[in-house]
Amino acid sequence: MTVRNSELTIHEAHRLLKNKELSSVELTTACLERIHEVEGSVHALVTVTDELALEQARKADELINKGDISPLTGIPVVIKDNMCTRGIKTTCSSKMLENFIPPYDATVVEKLNSAHAVMVGKANMDEFAMGSSTEHSAFFPTHNPWDLTRVPGGSSGGSAAAVATGEAIYALGSDTGGSIRQPAGFCSVTGLKPTYGRVSRYGLVAFASSLDQIGPLTRDVTDCALVLNTIAGYDNRDSTSVPISAPDFTKCLTADLRGLNIGIPKEYFVEGMQDEVKEAIFTSIRKLEDLGASVEWEVSLPNTPNALAAYYIIAPSEASANLARYDGVKYGFSYKDTDSMWEAMEKTRQYGFGAEVKRRIMLGTYALSAGYYEAWYLKSQKVRTLIRREFDQAFSKFDILVTPTTPTVPFKIGEKIDDPLQMYLSDVCTLPINIAGVPAISIPAGFAGGLPIGMQLIGKPFGEEAILKTAYAYQQVTDWHNRKPKI
Amino acid sequence: MKLSDEEVLRIARLARLGLTKADVELFGEQLSHILDNFQALQQVDTTDVPPTAQPNQLQNVLKPDEALPSLSPDAILANAPCREQGFFRIRAVLE
Repeated sequence: MTVRNSELTIHEAHRLLKNKELSSVELTTACLERIHEVEGSVHALVTVTDELALEQARKADELINKGDISPLTGIPVVIKDNMCTRGIKTTCSSKMLENFIPPYDATVVEKLNSAHAVMVGKANMDEFAMGSSTEHSAFFPTHNPWDLTRVPGGSSGGSAAAVATGEAIYALGSDTGGSIRQPAGFCSVTGLKPTYGRVSRYGLVAFASSLDQIGPLTRDVTDCALVLNTIAGYDNRDSTSVPISAPDFTKCLTADLRGLNIGIPKEYFVEGMQDEVKEAIFTSIRKLEDLGASVEWEVSLPNTPNALAAYYIIAPSEASANLARYDGVKYGFSYKDTDSMWEAMEKTRQYGFGAEVKRRIMLGTYALSAGYYEAWYLKSQKVRTLIRREFDQAFSKFDILVTPTTPTVPFKIGEKIDDPLQMYLSDVCTLPINIAGVPAISIPAGFAGGLPIGMQLIGKPFGEEAILKTAYAYQQVTDWHNRKPKI
Repeated sequence: MKLSDEEVLRIARLARLGLTKADVELFGEQLSHILDNFQALQQVDTTDVPPTAQPNQLQNVLKPDEALPSLSPDAILANAPCREQGFFRIRAVLE
């Protein structure tokens, strides 16, 4: 079977571009045609930047002809619509920012531009990245390419669906409590949340500043390492950016796992977890054992069950502060039909924000308000310390931890939309990682009834190499990541 | 524990968030349900445990105080819902 150009990996496309067997214009056209084919049923993109893409592709081809080529030169990407792109609408899938055109580029966008990447579009998401299904987009829900009646996960659901269908070769997403890894799991792509501080968030529209991190969604681990090589690194415009140099992440990719110690934290195999998911993860862990890793099956991180509550106090609290900036004065939607400043502000926020954003602003404002601050916000921050300590302790013994990415396969569109707590529970395996600030990757690890299952590998702070290496080794002996949805 | 309508409205006012009557009822129920489910947090022993505000160890990140090129006023104001003579135009704050 011939591989369509839109289905290539970054490294395959790079080889073809370099050898002049394919041009960036051809590759970009293949993705734009794919967008034309599937967008009507998948709805992964808020904006298609076809003219810009072809212009960037022509420029890339000129450079390649002169022998000037980087690993991402000329290769199509979609960017989640919460990362600022100069002169191109950045909506956060919110009515509030429906017409917002940023005057500057996010650092990650600058870095992709310097690498001469080709941007084909901006990806749909849950409004302001608050959600786990992309149903909270103010514009339209994205559909899972493996089953259009199901969600692609969220909040980077558009990014994940675009990579799964070939609308782009790779994507950038952001992850506050699982927003890269959970949709990567649900769409059977590879998604990495780097260590907090590894990738600059300058120009990422802030949701929860102590948790947000940008990362790649790709077709395999090699691609993930290549994108991380480009976007990682210190940036003095993000004061949480850590001033350490990033290694070449492709150098660690070997298929030999001898000497690697893996722990399996039992608390992640939660009550209500689907049997097929559990089985697929156990089978996958045994594969890692076959590759030479030593596995301890009964590790305990006893505060894991408290992570959900701590997260859903901390994240909304930070969101309520971050989203205070949407007051209808400086940019964004503005309610005009009144002379009263306060009424204008309240109505701007009433009509500009969707239900989930309002719910989180309310929850966060409550947790921060006088009389409740100590019992909720401060308490959660202390529990956060306990969770971090448990990870530190585990990592004194293990190189990586392995868990499922989600407790179930993708759920039906509409299934959890009226029950916020059930929706929150779909992030139960991913959000402790943001609480601790450590890196984690989700890779395809099987299917149940034709629906994807993701495996999560968790690393030490700035230990991306160990999880990339393990994920790479796994992909050398499995082909889950090569399967494509029939759409 | 169910949040009263007054409590919901108090929070909404702190957040400067306009709510309909239906919102007040819905959020009252949903927030109460969510907080009830989070009560287990209160049982966690956090004696002598310091809070974590963010997970990396950076503190007091400073930059030299020097003037650098910036965006033009026009670029900054391009998204303003209402502008006048190079300023954001707002409604009267003191009436």
